[in-house]
Amino acid sequence: MAAITSDVEVEVRRPRRSVVVGVLLVVWVAAYFVLRGIDTLVLGGQETTPLHRWLTDHRDDVGQGNVFFEAIRIVVDHFVVLLQNVISQPSFDRPVPVIGWLGVVAISAYCAWAFGNWKVAVLTAAGLGFVGLQGLWQESMDTLALTVAAVLLSLLFAIPLGIWAGLSNRAFRVATLVLDLMQTLPTFVYLAPLTLFFAIGPAAATIATLIYAAPPAVRLTAHAIRSVPPESVEAARSLGSTRGQTLLKVLLPMSRSTVVVGINQTIMAALSMVTVAALIDAPGLGQTVLKALQTLDVGVAFNAGLAIVVIAIVLDRVTTAAGDRPWRTASLRRKVLLGAGALAVLVAVWFSRTYVWAAEFPSDANVGSRIAVVATDVTNWVQDVFGGFTYGVRDAVTIGLLNPLEALLTGSPWWLVSAVVVALAAVLGGWRGAVPAAVCLVLLVATGVWQDSMVTLASTLLATVVVVAVGLALGVWSGRNRRVDTWIRPVLDAGQTMPPFVYLVPFLALFGTSRFTAIAAAVVFAVPVTTKIVADGIKAVPVATVEAANSVGSSAWQVISKVQLPVARRAITLAVNQGLIYVLSMVVVGGLVGAGALGYDVAAGFAQSELYGKGLAAGLAIVLLGVMLDRITQAAARRTQNFQNRGDMR
Amino acid sequence: MKKLRYAGVLTAVALALTTTAGCGGEKVGAEKPAAGGKDCGTFNLTVSPWVGYEANAAVVAYVATKELGCKVVKKNLKEEIAWQGFSTGEVDVNLENWGHEDLKKKYITTDKVAVEAGSTGVKGVIGWYVPPWMAAKYPDITDWKNLNKYAAVFKTSESGGKGQLLDGDPSYVTNDEALVKNLALNYKVVQSGSETALIQAFRDAEKNKRPLLAYFYEPQWFFNEVKLVKIDLPAYKAGCDAVPAKIACDYPPYDLDKIVSKKFADSGSPAYDLVKNFQWTNEDQNTVARMIAVDKLTPDQAAEKWVKDNQSKVNAWLGK
Amino acid sequence: MTAQLEYPDIQDSDALLSVQGLWKVFGPKAQRVPRRPELAALDRTELYAKTGCTAAVRDLSFDVAPGEVFVVMGLSGSGKSTLVRCLTRLIEPTAGGLFFEGEDLRAADEKRLRALRRSKFSMVFQHFGLLPHRKVIDNVSYGLEIRGESKPDRRRRAQEVIDLVGLAGNEHLYPEQLSGGMQQRVGLARALANDPDVLLFDEPFSALDPLIRREMQTEVVRLHREVGKTMVFITHDLSEALKLGDRILLMRDGAAVQLGTGDELVGAPADDYVREFVRDVQRADVLTLRWIARRPRDGEPLDGPELGPDVLVREATRLVLEADRPVKVVSNGTLLGVIGDEEILAVVADN
Repeated sequence: MAAITSDVEVEVRRPRRSVVVGVLLVVWVAAYFVLRGIDTLVLGGQETTPLHRWLTDHRDDVGQGNVFFEAIRIVVDHFVVLLQNVISQPSFDRPVPVIGWLGVVAISAYCAWAFGNWKVAVLTAAGLGFVGLQGLWQESMDTLALTVAAVLLSLLFAIPLGIWAGLSNRAFRVATLVLDLMQTLPTFVYLAPLTLFFAIGPAAATIATLIYAAPPAVRLTAHAIRSVPPESVEAARSLGSTRGQTLLKVLLPMSRSTVVVGINQTIMAALSMVTVAALIDAPGLGQTVLKALQTLDVGVAFNAGLAIVVIAIVLDRVTTAAGDRPWRTASLRRKVLLGAGALAVLVAVWFSRTYVWAAEFPSDANVGSRIAVVATDVTNWVQDVFGGFTYGVRDAVTIGLLNPLEALLTGSPWWLVSAVVVALAAVLGGWRGAVPAAVCLVLLVATGVWQDSMVTLASTLLATVVVVAVGLALGVWSGRNRRVDTWIRPVLDAGQTMPPFVYLVPFLALFGTSRFTAIAAAVVFAVPVTTKIVADGIKAVPVATVEAANSVGSSAWQVISKVQLPVARRAITLAVNQGLIYVLSMVVVGGLVGAGALGYDVAAGFAQSELYGKGLAAGLAIVLLGVMLDRITQAAARRTQNFQNRGDMR
Repeated sequence: MKKLRYAGVLTAVALALTTTAGCGGEKVGAEKPAAGGKDCGTFNLTVSPWVGYEANAAVVAYVATKELGCKVVKKNLKEEIAWQGFSTGEVDVNLENWGHEDLKKKYITTDKVAVEAGSTGVKGVIGWYVPPWMAAKYPDITDWKNLNKYAAVFKTSESGGKGQLLDGDPSYVTNDEALVKNLALNYKVVQSGSETALIQAFRDAEKNKRPLLAYFYEPQWFFNEVKLVKIDLPAYKAGCDAVPAKIACDYPPYDLDKIVSKKFADSGSPAYDLVKNFQWTNEDQNTVARMIAVDKLTPDQAAEKWVKDNQSKVNAWLGK
Repeated sequence: MTAQLEYPDIQDSDALLSVQGLWKVFGPKAQRVPRRPELAALDRTELYAKTGCTAAVRDLSFDVAPGEVFVVMGLSGSGKSTLVRCLTRLIEPTAGGLFFEGEDLRAADEKRLRALRRSKFSMVFQHFGLLPHRKVIDNVSYGLEIRGESKPDRRRRAQEVIDLVGLAGNEHLYPEQLSGGMQQRVGLARALANDPDVLLFDEPFSALDPLIRREMQTEVVRLHREVGKTMVFITHDLSEALKLGDRILLMRDGAAVQLGTGDELVGAPADDYVREFVRDVQRADVLTLRWIARRPRDGEPLDGPELGPDVLVREATRLVLEADRPVKVVSNGTLLGVIGDEEILAVVADN
């Protein structure tokens, strides 16, 4: 019912708003032709502003010789090295790790079974076995050790923070802001400084991963605490529970499954950092990928990327199964079986410590090199077949859409762009959109990389539009059709966890070094998450609502456009928002394939000490763009869905 | 479902039992690990992300391990990060340094945590290159004075109506923007952003006969695949690159050198002498780099092969 | 709109729970609303337009006697759920007095309040508010657990109340395995487990099917008979209110409309709102003879059968209609009035 009322509201309001937006855009274009070239704040590639130089000069002020950071580094380092000694590196005067492959497979499968179910246990064993057959056992174990360390450490502070943000509204607001920042700030920006604080190697890599991976756990813990039914909390309070009792006996147990989803997301984020962390000598699969790229060896890079995907899928399914486990405690029979299983695991571990065949993964199979050959062949075939056609697409899109948009953004005076953006934000989202937009724009000017920001903004907008369009189409399709969903999920998982570095080379071959290539890479990276969120939103539309629509004779298209999409509007807002964040998090990677602008500035700041300040400023500019676009979309969405909050009031 | 779970565990247990009963196989630790060297100890070797460097690292690590019994820890690092490593003690040796006067000043002169350890014998060349088919089709293109004539040929979707000059990995300092301006070239510098992108662009340009003008450098394993042709810019004269904004001459030739940490230099390790004496030619480096990049040998295998063929050079490094 | 207090004779001093001038206002700077008479006088929409505040409870006063079943009734949004939460300060009242056994609840600190909630009050919720991760018996013993009772003690006590509410045999199931009615029995058992003086019910049966609802209402009546607890019962269902309540408080927009017994509400509605509310009630089932007795007319024979004033009209119908002369309504030997066929028929035929 709520949806119907709102539709009426929107129907009434939409034309008026779109007219205003249209008029604004026409005025902008007209003004552009008059004012073009004035106050465009150009800054050359090697040029810097005083702010940049100041940042460069003060880069080392915080870190060096600080006992506090040193203590953190030692603890983290020992933790990671300990894990590596246990599963991946020769240790304790033995030529093999403490636990060999058989032991690791047994323990992992057992844990999957104990926390999840037997299906994921089989998947775990198969996945790890496959990685071993790829010839990447040791690299995979290094990656696993680093991931586990980073995830455990991030949960150590993410969950308490999440609880805090779940209990306090103020903490929630602050946390949301900080988390947005942590997720959009490109890793490259803090990668080099981190090595100053924490030296090179596993510790710094773990901490970089941790910073990137913690936000989802905080967010979802807070969300979980907030969505515990108020009556259960009231019931506990009405019986005289203290705050501590309410938290421990009611809130935490009841938010378990959502918290597990958060942990799941954290693991995925940590795995997506594997390659980037390899830039500061993180051990594992990321090294293999980077090494292969030096010689443009797509096959080997793909093989390593595939191992990351397999590990990601295993961890994802196991944590999902763990989250879905019902409340019931184990039956006696299960307890007995678990005991027996534990015994079998001990036997396997003993084997893996005693016999070479169980300690070192047999290298005879070498599926990996065959995968590499096939991947190379496929890539070459695609390049040969589509090579000519793709350049045409690139040029058409670039000249037809991207260049005009970019010209408008970079050619107009900065104050004109700012005025138009603030006005648009005000029309679409009211003051909630306009105020943050104005603040972000002022800060963008202050960063000194205004023009690069506008170039990046143009590409980001185009990429986001494509991402949302594709994500909506795929999401609706798989949300309405269970079979499609089953097939599409693993592909989406792969798209999300396959390191972008792997598909950069084929993309470069198809589209050359250009902004379009960067947009294409961002689209591939961001579509999976958008699709998943939309599909979940569509699936969550109550069956009765859809049945009601069908019962009055709606066509499939009418059901989608008039019922499912409007009802799933909250999910779609989230999908747009996440699509945007994912696109922005690819800006730096885009810089590596010819997108230039902010992405290049950040990468250059990482590589050249004299450009550090500019790189940092560019990183901040990416964050500002993210915050600005995020606030405007959120405010616009809020305007059209006021009704949703009504029910929450009491 | 419960039955299946039961069955699964039973098979696992049965499997374990049968293997215990009928198992054999080699035991862990039966084979002695290679004897570790005593007087050499361990040193940390940074490996910069290009194959030429990897060739240096492969050979030095191989010789240090086999001949001196050292333990070599290789760390894959970007150049900047590697320099930082000298001050934290994470890096002992850098086997191929391209200039970086600013970093030398900071870490060698000011902080005194690193010292120079002589030339590698390899000569670095930086410049603008075109694929061989272009040099064949437009013979006069290699003179910079003719570049404006061909600007239209190099136009792409990224270059905004001008000719495109593609630049590479942001690690390298380039003067290209200044050069284009000061030589009054009708070109726009476009950042490819990475070496990978640059090589892919050249590969594609040669294969599909697409025009490309780009920043590149030697020695580089890619020259084994495609013999790029260098454009002659106004000749380099000492001091012509003093003011970055006014540069109008070619890049200087680089004498690639080695940097070691102060700590390592003072340690008296035989490995330090090896690093100091290590010197070879562009040709040598390319040979090893090709084995790694094209023939897909591991660095150790490539080094072994090269050392076998060049024992005399190795002996000279070892002072034999 | 003043409450009619003359019928059930409860003295103020006897009150177990006493509410005096209670306010709960939601919104910015809520305190000013009860304090400033010109704001307090505004109606719902005016108040919201002027201050952005909503008064969920406005100026309520009533007493609850020990052992009484006190029903608060109103449509949704009338503030009754807020009121019941204010009684134990689950929601902090904005103004007014709150006394339990003479103790000022509003002055109680956090610790005292917890102690009271642990031993004196219990609440049953509309959507049960059970803990899905605990078995039935652990849900029931939750209140005992948090006040630190030993495991055997709380098991024993939990088992007692589980038997009492008819849940025996389901102790080791999880809430999701039970039907709605059974789940609410768990809620009831949990509330009874710590042996409170006052049971608070927040629309406990409105989420249940009609048959189950009736069964549960009977269950409450039975429990009240057996354990004799004081109950405050929130409902929007008039028949439920009439069935359970000793007295009924009818609320509208946070304010009291009428307070009285069921037959008072039906027999003497305070205003049109109440009249409309009780229109469809089977009056014969609610009204007692007291409400329809009239003065004997001159010359009427006064030798008919005698009945007490608290006899329901329905029960008296047959006797009155069969008698050939008016029935006398007598209380303690005093003649209150007489009832003839037309009076009875007026009530019965009204339905």
